[in-house]
Amino acid sequence: MAYIIDRRLNSKKKSTVNRQRFLRRYQQRIKKAVSEAIDKRSITDMDKGEQISIPTKDITEPTFQHGSGGKNTRVLPGNDQFTRDDHIQRPRNGQGQGGAGQGASDSGDGMDEFAFQITQEEFLNFMFEDLELPNLVKRQLMGVDNFEFRRAGISNEGNPGKVNIIRSLRSANSRRIALTAKKRRRLKAILKELEELEEEEQKEADDNSADLLAQDDRAKQITALKTEAQELQTKIKRVPWLDDFDLKYNLHVKHPLPQSKAVMFCIMDVSGSMDQNTKDIAKRFFLLLYLFLQRNYERTEVVFIRHHTSAKEVDEQEFFYSRETGGTIVSSALHLMDNILTTRYSPSQWNIYCAQASDGDNWNDDSSVCYKLLTEKLLHKLQYFSYIEITSRDHQALWHAYGKILEDFPDTFAMKQLEDTADIYPVFRQLFQKKAL
Amino acid sequence: MKQKPLSTDSEWTFELLEKYTTEIAKIAEEFGLDTYPNQIEVISSEQMMDAYSSIGMPIGYNHWSYGKQFLSVEQSYKRGQMGLAYEIVINSDPCISYLMEENTMTMQALVIAHACYGHNSFFKGNYLFRSWTDASSIIDYLVFAKNYIAECEDRHGIDEVEAILDSCHAIMNYGVDRYKRPYPISPEEERKRQKEREAYSQQQINDLWRTIPVSESEKTQQQEKRFPEEPQENLLYFFEKHAPLLEPWQREIVRIVRKIAQYFYPQRQTQVMNEGWACYWHHFLLNTMYDRGFVTDGFMMEFMQSHTGVIYQPPYNSEYYSGINPYTLGFHMMTDIRRICENPTAEDKEWFPDIAGSNWVTTLDFAMRNFKDESFILQFLSPKLMRDLKLFNILDDDDNSDIVVTAIHDESGYHELREHLSAQYNLGNNEPNIQVYSVDVRGDRSLTLHHYRHNRKPLKDGDTDEVLKHVHRLWGFDVHLHSMEGDKAEQSFTCPAKPVAP
Repeated sequence: MAYIIDRRLNSKKKSTVNRQRFLRRYQQRIKKAVSEAIDKRSITDMDKGEQISIPTKDITEPTFQHGSGGKNTRVLPGNDQFTRDDHIQRPRNGQGQGGAGQGASDSGDGMDEFAFQITQEEFLNFMFEDLELPNLVKRQLMGVDNFEFRRAGISNEGNPGKVNIIRSLRSANSRRIALTAKKRRRLKAILKELEELEEEEQKEADDNSADLLAQDDRAKQITALKTEAQELQTKIKRVPWLDDFDLKYNLHVKHPLPQSKAVMFCIMDVSGSMDQNTKDIAKRFFLLLYLFLQRNYERTEVVFIRHHTSAKEVDEQEFFYSRETGGTIVSSALHLMDNILTTRYSPSQWNIYCAQASDGDNWNDDSSVCYKLLTEKLLHKLQYFSYIEITSRDHQALWHAYGKILEDFPDTFAMKQLEDTADIYPVFRQLFQKKAL
Repeated sequence: MKQKPLSTDSEWTFELLEKYTTEIAKIAEEFGLDTYPNQIEVISSEQMMDAYSSIGMPIGYNHWSYGKQFLSVEQSYKRGQMGLAYEIVINSDPCISYLMEENTMTMQALVIAHACYGHNSFFKGNYLFRSWTDASSIIDYLVFAKNYIAECEDRHGIDEVEAILDSCHAIMNYGVDRYKRPYPISPEEERKRQKEREAYSQQQINDLWRTIPVSESEKTQQQEKRFPEEPQENLLYFFEKHAPLLEPWQREIVRIVRKIAQYFYPQRQTQVMNEGWACYWHHFLLNTMYDRGFVTDGFMMEFMQSHTGVIYQPPYNSEYYSGINPYTLGFHMMTDIRRICENPTAEDKEWFPDIAGSNWVTTLDFAMRNFKDESFILQFLSPKLMRDLKLFNILDDDDNSDIVVTAIHDESGYHELREHLSAQYNLGNNEPNIQVYSVDVRGDRSLTLHHYRHNRKPLKDGDTDEVLKHVHRLWGFDVHLHSMEGDKAEQSFTCPAKPVAP
């Protein structure tokens, strides 16, 4: 007797929980490996406390085992040369011709590196683990796509699918009680009276002391009572068991869900002084920021603005790969950004971030314009503005102008200098490091 | 009339699976295989990886070590370093076997013969399985265990539960009570009893640790009496019943791990026999199918190739050598028993007077039912097979400067070889023999374990310290472990480690 069952469509992820347990347990190490994979600087949160001996949270699961030594015998297959009482040189340090001691133990010893994969999601989790977005997240009621039905008590109207059986029957029951109470009370009294009369009758019949007149009276009374009782019973029966207005329905109301969304402005200088390598560094930085925002907001939009002497909103391809020459006027980009903000992204609904990358070149007169623009128009609308200067040369006017902003707006403004690719992640971490409260 | 083959190409379908199963079942019945009903489940390779990493339990509680197992299986499978097993079979009633959807028809038939009739009949017939496991209640018990542990995680946090499970797993091999047979009970009953146990056991513990002063005469008596009176080999049971600081739910978890260890105990003792029996029967059943015309030549070629792969034994000096292949040894012993029954030589008649010339079906059945690896080898390993496998025995004694070959496959060596090979399958020799020796009930409540050395083998240092930390967690007070050679302690371990005096 055999049953054949197709289980292929059953869930495949039976081990997911266990896998997560494993990651959770080795969180610290994985985190370390992750940050070492990106840069050499790691967040070491070593806590030197008092010495308590606890099982090392180690990856091996220890069991009692024999050590080497003592007397071991082993039967081996495939004898090709030995006869009884042959002597064999003891192989040095175990790994000889599979004989000595515990050579063939299948547990533990062999593995020194336990390698496994984590998904991108998990990788990012570890990567951004102790970073935070500065300056809280605005959540806005969008009114459009996201709704949730929430329970909102009981109503007298609704569709049949939502009948609340318990409530309906309960109200039917109370209605029946209310409508019949008086009648039942009367019925009870009648029955009692009848019983008494009948008892009396019985008693008289037993004693043979019948008074004919009284007997007749009583007979009439009994009949009258019986008729009344019958009537009452029919009336009680006529009260319907379930009536239309007994029906109660579960009420659900539509509830709009707040949604958080962010827009990220990428501003880059594309003047002749920015070479492909510098752009590449900028791109990576933007990418990192984008990933980070995406994890924190349900919706993230990106606006690319490139500028030389005039600014232009472009698509991603153009942003990173086309080249133009000319001078640099940073304020043109800031102007454009301000325009876009007023027309498309109202600060009351959007979380606005801006990342600007430049090699630091700017028209000298322009830097003060930038300062004014940022401090007066832009910064109070933004969640965060980060400026990275990709250069190994000395700073110029723009850096100094921004330096002043940093003093005035330390919470929403940040600036850092980058020299090459290896700096990106550390600088990013510095910018978004969780601030101690 | 000539029988038409059941199928001619390698694709399998559910109808074909059914046809093959029916034919295999008929032959199996003809030769007296007694099995639990079969439940054959077709699964995908991912599901197979899942099944793999939960040590073959169809329903397992959650623990990180299974996740680790899963990750390593997944890793090596995806890199192509390892193929997955063709099947997994579970000792339950009905007997659940998993078939992988990637297998060809031939492989499916092989697996059905191997698992659904070979292993299945072994589970049902072998005395160890009969007395140690209860196939009909294991699934229920696993469900109970999973739910209970999940409940504990809700109540006490994942970390707490994980810590206890880690500690229990470390001494899982010391959770078997070799002399008492557990009784099967239903999950409801299990839950009910668990509540009772909780209340009762706490009371018992409190009694053991009672601090009310005792009268003088009683005192002297008690001091003379050691607790426990006899050394205890079942460490998990001892902790479940006597560890002073465990909470009731922790005791229940100790018990769950102990029960599961017990369920797997027979499998660890019958690897050679179990695999040998299953290999013998898949070989026999499929060959009979061929003789009767149910399968094609092509089918047999594929089958034989896979079969020889499974039972290949690399020689001791091969780079692929990793111990004696239980499939090889088991299959050859089973085949050899049949040969002795049917065509005994003079040598066989001298060595096996009882079975030479007897009915092979009954003899094999008898062997399957009444032995475990150790005794099976001691009883049935024939000189011919030792010659065929070219077995030899080496002695590695740290008192000698060289390794000595003490016996080879010749007249003077057969007995010795057989004894040594048999001893190699004695779990008692392979695992350090560690028992609870005493508890300082009136003093610092420290626990003393003794390791009784076998062939002067010491305990491995690092691992032992680690395990002791787990033991310490379960016991709650100091733990000492002495490795005893006769009456002398050769090694001593203590947890928590005492600072070394300068």
